[in-house]
Amino acid sequence: MIWAKDQSYSGWGRALRAKGDIASPDTVENLRNEGPAIGNRRSYGDAPLNSGGKAIDMTKLDRIISFDRETGLLTVQAGITLGELTRVFAPQGWMPAVVPGTGFATVGGAIAMDVHGKNHHHAGSFCQHVTAITLIQDKPRKITPKTGALWLATCGGLGQTGLIAQATLQLVRTRGDMMLVTEQRARDWDEHLSLLDTSRAPYTVGWIDATATGEDLGRGIVEEGETCKGLRPTARGTKKVPFNAPHWALSSPIVKLFNATYYRRVPKTGRTVVRTVQDFFFPLDKIHDWNKLYGKRGFHQFQCVVPLDQSEALRTIMQTIATSGLASPLAVLKRMGEGREGYLSFPMEGYTLAVDFPNRPAARALIKRLEAATLNAGGRLYLAKDALSTGPAIKSMYPDHSKWARAVAKADPEGQLQTDMTRRLDLRTPQQ
Amino acid sequence: MTDTNTNQTWIILGASSTIAKAFTRSVAEKGAHVILAGRRMDDLKATADDAKARGASDATTVIFDARVPDTFQTIIDLANTQAGTLNCAVFVGSMPAQDAIDADPTLVDGTIADSFTGPARFLQMLAPSLIERGQGSIVGVGSVAGDRGRVGNYVYGAAKAGFATYLSGLRNALGRHGVHVLTVKPGPVDTAMTQGLGKQPFMTTADAVVQDIDKALQKKRNTLYTKWIWWPVMTIIKLIPEPIFKKMSI
Ligand SMILES: NC(=O)c1ccc[n+]([C@@H]2O[C@H](COP(=O)([O-])OP(=O)(O)OC[C@H]3O[C@@H](n4cnc5c(N)ncnc54)[C@H](OP(=O)(O)O)[C@@H]3O)[C@@H](O)[C@H]2O)c1
Repeated sequence: MIWAKDQSYSGWGRALRAKGDIASPDTVENLRNEGPAIGNRRSYGDAPLNSGGKAIDMTKLDRIISFDRETGLLTVQAGITLGELTRVFAPQGWMPAVVPGTGFATVGGAIAMDVHGKNHHHAGSFCQHVTAITLIQDKPRKITPKTGALWLATCGGLGQTGLIAQATLQLVRTRGDMMLVTEQRARDWDEHLSLLDTSRAPYTVGWIDATATGEDLGRGIVEEGETCKGLRPTARGTKKVPFNAPHWALSSPIVKLFNATYYRRVPKTGRTVVRTVQDFFFPLDKIHDWNKLYGKRGFHQFQCVVPLDQSEALRTIMQTIATSGLASPLAVLKRMGEGREGYLSFPMEGYTLAVDFPNRPAARALIKRLEAATLNAGGRLYLAKDALSTGPAIKSMYPDHSKWARAVAKADPEGQLQTDMTRRLDLRTPQQ
Repeated sequence: MTDTNTNQTWIILGASSTIAKAFTRSVAEKGAHVILAGRRMDDLKATADDAKARGASDATTVIFDARVPDTFQTIIDLANTQAGTLNCAVFVGSMPAQDAIDADPTLVDGTIADSFTGPARFLQMLAPSLIERGQGSIVGVGSVAGDRGRVGNYVYGAAKAGFATYLSGLRNALGRHGVHVLTVKPGPVDTAMTQGLGKQPFMTTADAVVQDIDKALQKKRNTLYTKWIWWPVMTIIKLIPEPIFKKMSI
C-alpha cells in the first residue's frame, strides 16, 4: 500500500482530530490489515481516527461485484456508499433494507456501526440484512451469521475484527424511487411520543425542537413515509458550506427562530408531500459539509437510547437540553424496535434522542450530565456519535462488551486495528 | 452526448484508470454499452460487472496497450459492429516522477506513448468510423501540466501538450462532420496516479471530474478545466514571461 504521510483528518464532528499516515488502495490485492479501515468518516467522534498510526481509507474500493435482479442479493466492496446504492437501485425497484441519515456512510462503516434508519421499528438494524462479510485479517476470511462470535463482534464492532472489504446485502423491493411523506405537528412531549407509538408507517421519525421549553417542551414534527412511484420533483442542486461559519451562526436566538419557523412550516392539520428517496432519507446531504456551520471548533452529537418504560427519564433529559440554551436545530426523536445484530450494536427497544451541540466547555459539561442520566435510565450511548464518554460508562451500557473484547483479541491479537476511540474508552480490555 | 440511452457505445481507453471508472459508471447508469479497453483484464472484468449492475446495456472488455499499436484494430473492429452512436473517451496516461526520468531517459518514450502518440494513433484510426456516422463524441484527457513545461514534470507535461494540440486539430477536422471533441484538463485529482502524494492544491475527485465532463459534453464545450479554478490559474501561469518563469519552481 502507498501511504500519504502525516495527513490531518477528523470525524464528522471535527472536534477531535488525528494526524497519521493514510493509504487509499484501489484494489483488494493491495489491502493489508496494517491499520484500521476508515470510510467517509461520518462517525462524529474518534471512531474513524488513529492518531500517530496508520489508517486505510476504503472509499476507492467501491465496486458493485454482483447483483441478482431476482433475489435482490447484492455483493459490493465495502467502500461504496449507501447513497450510491439508493441512487442506483431505487430506480430498478430495490433499496438497501436500512439506510442511516446520511447517504455518505459506506457499507463498511454501516456494518462497523450496525446503523439504523427511520424504519428501525420494523426492519431492525443494518447488519440484520447482511448475509456475508469478507474480512481482511492476516488472510482474507469470509464470515456469515453462522460464524458465531466473530460475526457478532464484527457487526457493530467498530472495525476491530479485520478490514471489512466486501459484503453481501439483502436488498428489499420498493414501489419506486419516490416517497409519500406525511408530516404532522406534535404540540408537546406527550403528543410527540404518542404519535411515534401509534405510527403504522414503514418509516417514522420525529423532528424535535430542542429549544422549546415549558408547555412546548418536546414539540416537533412527526414525519411518516412510504415508498411510491410518481413524478420526479425537480432535483435541487447540492449546496456547499465553503468556509467555517462564524461561531454566532448557530447561536441561541438564531436557532430558536429557525426552529419556530421550521415547526410552523407544517400546517396545524398536517400535510402530505412527495419527495425523492434521496431527499427523504438524506435530507442534509444536499448541503455538503454542513458540519462546517459549527465553525473550526466543531461540534458534538449526543445520541442515547433508553428503554420504553424510561420515557420520563428521557423527558427530563430533554428538559435539561431545552433549558440549557445550547442545543442546535438538528434534533431527532425516534422510537426503536428491538433489532440489533452484534455485541456492541446500539439499538434497544425504546426511544432514541439525538441532539447536536457546538463544541464548547458548557456543552461538554452538559453532555457529561446527559450521559450520566442515560446510564441511570438503563440506556446507552451511540458509539458512532460519541467523543466524550468514558470506558467504565460505555462498558456498563453494553452488557456484551466482554464477549466482544474476547472475540476481538482473537481476531486482532496485535491490536493493529485500534483507533483513538478504542484507546480512549479502553474498549479492547474486557471488564474485570 | 451522454444524456441518453442504449444507443450509445463508449470506447474507454485506459479503463482501469480511477477517472475512467467513474466515467464508466456515469455512462453505464444511462444505459450505454461500454467497451472497456486496457491492460489489466481482471480489473476491467470487475468494472464490466459493476457497469452491468448499474444498468449498462452491455459491457465488453478488450486488451489495449498504448505502446503496442497492434492491439488497436481489434477494438475498432469491435466498435464498428455496434449500431447507434459511437463515442470514445481517452484516460490512458502515465506520470513517472521527473527524477526517475532523469535517471533513466528511456522512460521518455513510454511516457509520450502513453499520453500522446498511442492515443493519437488510435483516434486517427477511429476517426473514419465517426465521420461515417456523422455523430459522436471524443473525450480526451490532457492535463494542466500540458499548459506549461514545469521543472517538476515536463516530460509528462510535453506529452499532454502534444495530445492537447492533436485534439485541437482533430476537433477542427471532425467538427465539420458532426463529431464533437472535448479536451479535458484536470488539475490534481485524487486517483491512483496521485496516491501517496497527500492533499494537493485545489484537489478534486474523480466523480467531480466526471460530473464536469458530463456537463461539458452536453454543452459541447471544447476545452474543460476541472476544477474550473485551473483556468484562471493556468492563464496567469502562461502569462509569466519565460525569463522569470525559468527561475521559478511551481
Ligand atoms: N490524477 C491526476 O491528478 C491527473 C491530473 C491531470 C490529468 N490526469 C490524467 O487523467 C488520466 C487518468 O488518470 P488517473 O488520474 O485516473 O490515474 P490512473 O488511475 O493511474 O490512470 C492511468 C491509466 O492509464 C493506464 N495506462 C498507462 N499506460 C498504459 C498503456 N501503455 N496502455 C494502456 N493503459 C495504460 C493505466 O493502466 P494500468 O491500470 O494498466 O496501469 C491506468 O489505467 C490520465 O491521462 C492522467 O494523465 C490525471
